[in-house]
Amino acid sequence: MAVPILKQSHYLIATIQSALTDADLVQLRDALADKVGKFRSRGVIVDVTALDVLDSFASRTLRDISYMIKLRGAETVIVGIQPEVAFAMVQLGIAFEDVATALDLEEGLLYLDKKQKLGQHGSQRGF
Amino acid sequence: MTKEEIFAEATSVYDNYVEALETGTFEALQSYSRNLSERIIPRGVQTDEVVGIVLLLRDVLARSLFAKYQTDFRLLNRILDAYEPAANRIANTVAVGFVQERERIIREQQEAIRELSTPVLQVRERLLILPIIGVMDPQRARQLTEQLLRGIRANRARVVVIDITGVAAINSNVANHLVQTVEASRLLGATVIVTGLSPEIAQTLVNIGVDLGKMNTVGDLQGGIEEAERLLGYKVVPLTETTQQV
Repeated sequence: MAVPILKQSHYLIATIQSALTDADLVQLRDALADKVGKFRSRGVIVDVTALDVLDSFASRTLRDISYMIKLRGAETVIVGIQPEVAFAMVQLGIAFEDVATALDLEEGLLYLDKKQKLGQHGSQRGF
Repeated sequence: MTKEEIFAEATSVYDNYVEALETGTFEALQSYSRNLSERIIPRGVQTDEVVGIVLLLRDVLARSLFAKYQTDFRLLNRILDAYEPAANRIANTVAVGFVQERERIIREQQEAIRELSTPVLQVRERLLILPIIGVMDPQRARQLTEQLLRGIRANRARVVVIDITGVAAINSNVANHLVQTVEASRLLGATVIVTGLSPEIAQTLVNIGVDLGKMNTVGDLQGGIEEAERLLGYKVVPLTETTQQV
């Protein structure tokens, strides 16, 4: 199932609705990298609230998305990681190094707004 | 125990004993021993005392059988064949009942301590504190992480201060767990500040090779809360200063 990508002023929002196959994830990655240039977006939010499991491929793809978007000149923030998922990821040693995360969509938007104000030299993590 | 109580208890132990011997069923005895345990455990009666009473009664009854049938040796043998397994089973039932009751109480208390031991408190909008006091075992650490992560979700926390002033030392397993908790909290979008690290804990964390870029630590709880307020954009100002400005 393809993930819908919504454009919301300067940002792109991709809300994952259900468990994704590896192919879907790759497709999401490519679509985001493509659209961020097309719409000249400043930030991307990937909402994973609906996911109960994040396997290593999904985690790596999310990290790749973050790095790719950064190279395309925008910020990425992953929002809505479930508590159980977060702890499972950490225990498996999948750390989202240098990937911004936020509690939910609202916080994610706030984070991006803040980053916009601070410019490219703002703090690396937090809000 | 008063004399009357001892007498009443001894009588009912005897009655139950005789009943179990006569009927060969142990349900009544089982419930009696559970009931007895419930009553006497809070008074600090030890296992050996309870078992002692039962065994004593067993010996007394055996003696009386000896006395009564000593003239007919074959009859005595048959009677003892029937009596001894039954008496052993009685002793067993009472002892097991006592120990089970005791274990149940211990489990209940452990549960109570565990529930009390990990409060996740909101001190300000978006700011949680988690004071930890006492011994951190792996089980408690796991429970703590669970509660913290849920608390972050429920209170929409952005900053969490974990205060471990009340923890003297932790082993490397628990230290690892602490670091994992910090990382997991970050994935939920919350920054964790750890305060009140004792020298021993600091040593343990360094020994497991913690990445200090990931851990945000402040000396004491006050400093931690101040740092959290700074992160959240709060500023605490004395009342006099503000009134002067108006």
